[in-house]
Formats: sequence, structure tokens, C-alpha cells
Amino acid sequence: MADEVILLDYWPSPFGIRARIALREKGVEFECREENLRDKSPLLLQMNPVHKKIPVLIHNGKPVCESMNVVQYIDEVWSDRNPILPSDPYQRAQARFWVDFVDTKLLKPADQLWQTKGEEQETAKKEYIEALKILESELGDKPYFGGDTFGFLDIAMTGYYSWFEASEKLANFSIEPECPILMASAKRCLQRESVVKSLHDSEKILELAYKLRKEYGV
Amino acid sequence: MTNEVILLDFWPSMFGMRTRIALREKGVEFEYREEDLRNKSPLLLQMNPIHKKIPVLIHNGKPVNESIIQVQYIDEVWSHKSPILPSDPYQRAQARFWADFIDKKMYDAQRKVWATKGEEQETGKKDFIEILKTLESELGDKPYFAGDDFGYVDIALIGFSTWFPAYEKFGNFSVEQECPKLTAWVKKCLQRESVAKSLPEPEKVTEFVSMLRTKFVAE
Repeated sequence: MADEVILLDYWPSPFGIRARIALREKGVEFECREENLRDKSPLLLQMNPVHKKIPVLIHNGKPVCESMNVVQYIDEVWSDRNPILPSDPYQRAQARFWVDFVDTKLLKPADQLWQTKGEEQETAKKEYIEALKILESELGDKPYFGGDTFGFLDIAMTGYYSWFEASEKLANFSIEPECPILMASAKRCLQRESVVKSLHDSEKILELAYKLRKEYGV
Repeated sequence: MTNEVILLDFWPSMFGMRTRIALREKGVEFEYREEDLRNKSPLLLQMNPIHKKIPVLIHNGKPVNESIIQVQYIDEVWSHKSPILPSDPYQRAQARFWADFIDKKMYDAQRKVWATKGEEQETGKKDFIEILKTLESELGDKPYFAGDDFGYVDIALIGFSTWFPAYEKFGNFSVEQECPKLTAWVKKCLQRESVAKSLPEPEKVTEFVSMLRTKFVAE
């Protein structure tokens, strides 16, 4: 039976991109459906009634929600190629720990970088860089968080990497001098085929952020 | 090589309870060490430098942090018996989704019920009851969240039940009245040895919460 894979998505989403990357890493054909988050489709509301958020992966009619949950699911279903999580339980626990760190400590300041200004934005910047430095320390001298291979935490981080340029311009700072090693790994990730195909123009992301800031009166 | 398993924990923690249950489900011998959260041990700070929180699972000297990650780790290491997560990828994704829902929603909401008063508490109470009802709706008529077998989501949620009488006392409501099916599920889980051995008496938890409340709420 042919697999039917649909991804309900939103083009600039750092979470949606994770699902796109994972599918492309596995070479899975999928239909990407763009959602208008101000006018969510009946399908989205039906498939993710609890959170009503993207991304939603619909595999043969059945929904999987929450981006890193989607990535794990993709890894388990298409387990015959390009493993995303390591096979060793301890390494898996470490990967999951750091993904949890990223989505608890990096998420809020990352949002505040483009949603706020003045002192609030400065505080967000400090917290954001602090979190990135902790991650850089975890990266060490590995090419990827996954070691030699692009893995679970790299996919999680690429969502944030896709917003690096826009964040730097919006909050007037530069990440490279603060975290040169992390930046090198980010560049490596952003050049990967699965990522290049999943990424949208940084300029467009920045344009959108400016537009939203205006709308929110920032 | 023998397994050395140490759990750094705090007795009323609904998160620590998860790890205790998972270890007992698998029949793993472990050393339980009580932490004083106002005076954290050097071992805790060394093993969880990022968050400095319990529970910390130390397996042959290597730490695993975050309770839900510990439960998955325990399931994967001691995979020969009593599976915690289902084997089907879709069922696993559903289990992870609901554990994530509990982690995102329960803690903050329940905190408002006992650590606040007035309007903030009323709003917190409404949110909390709604979350319980969502979970009850997901449970449906099944004996456990995944169906016939006790598993991941049950383990993620059951520790909160020891705090229910405290929520009821300070929030002035009845969990049983609001969520009769969930209440029945709690009773069923408590019959399981791993759960009964891992959960403190709710009366003791209520005593603890009462003491804690005085620090947050002037009454």
C-alpha cells in the first residue's frame, strides 16, 4: 500500500521545518499543505484538536502532533535508513534531554527577540546567547550534535538556525562572535540538502517578522 | 557487570514518582536517596548542573535527567520485560503526545490551585479541571490510557493523584465529582504494586502542601 503523507505546515515555522527536514532525510514523499494560522483549516482543527497548532503529520489519515514527536515517529516508521536518533539508550536520553533544554530555554527568548523591543529585547538577547553558549559547550568539537552524523538535536536546532539571520537583524547583534563553533555547525546544517529544500529565504522571514512587529505595535 | 542504579529524589515529587514506578515495573533494584531541596547535595549539582533538579537517575555513574526521559531510558535499557511504551510507532507517538500534554499543562495549572488565592486561584482551578477533563476524555472507557496495559501515560500522570486531596482542599472542589472515570483509573493504578510502593500517602502530601502554601499565600 502506498503511504499517504501530508504535512500541515506554516512556511516560516521553526517547528514545521523540523518535520520537513526529517521527512527529506528519510526520502519520504509528502504533500506539504500551507496553513493560514489566522484562519485554520477544518482539517487542522480536526487533526490537532488539543493544541490546534502546526506541524501536524497525517500518515495514512492518522495524525501525529508536536514537532519532535513527529521527528521521532518518522525515525521509527522509516527506520531502515538514515537514523535520526542514536541506537544506544544513554545517547538517546542525552539527545532527548538537550532537545527538551532547547525547547524550554531557547524558545521563549527566541520569540521575544522578534516580539519585543527595548529592555525586554535586551534581556531576551542575553538569555538567548546564554542558552546558545551552553549548547555550544555541549557541542564541543563535534561537527554535529549527533557526532559525525546530523541527528535529532541538530534537526531541533535547525529550526532556530533558520531564524538566526532574522533574529540578528531584529535585535541588532551577531551570534558568530559569541558562539563561533555553534555557528560553524549551524552553517553545516543549513547547507544540508534536506535543509536547503526545506528552508525559506531568510529575507522573507525577516520581512514577515517586521510586518508582524508592526501589527503588534512593537 | 552489575547495574548500579541510584535515584536522587524528593518524596512528594510527582515527577520522581514516575521514575520510581518505572524502575519497579521493570524489577530494577535501585538506591533511593532523598534530597533536601533547600540544601542540594554536591552529587545532585554535579549530575544535573543544567537544571539542578530532581529526579536524577544515575546508572553506573552516568546521569539521566528529566523524569519522562528517564522513563523512556528505563524502558529501553530493561527492554526484556513489562514494556512501558507500546511497540507500534503510531501508538508510541500518541503516548508521547499525551505525556507531553501533561508536562506542558498540568504543573503550572495545579500550582495555581494551591499556591494562589482569589481570582488567580479561581482561574487556575477552572484551567486545571479542564485539563483533567481533557485527559479523562482521552482515557474514555479504557482501563488505562493505552488500552488494556498500564503504561507510559499512566506513569506520567498517576503521581499527580497524590496531590489531588490538596487541590481539593485549597481549591474547594471534588476531583471525583468532576472526573469520575479518572478517579476510578487512579484507584485501579493504585492496586498495582509498582505504584503502591512508589506513591506517598496523600495525607502526608496534603500536610506538605499546606506548609508550602503558607510561603506563597498570606491568609
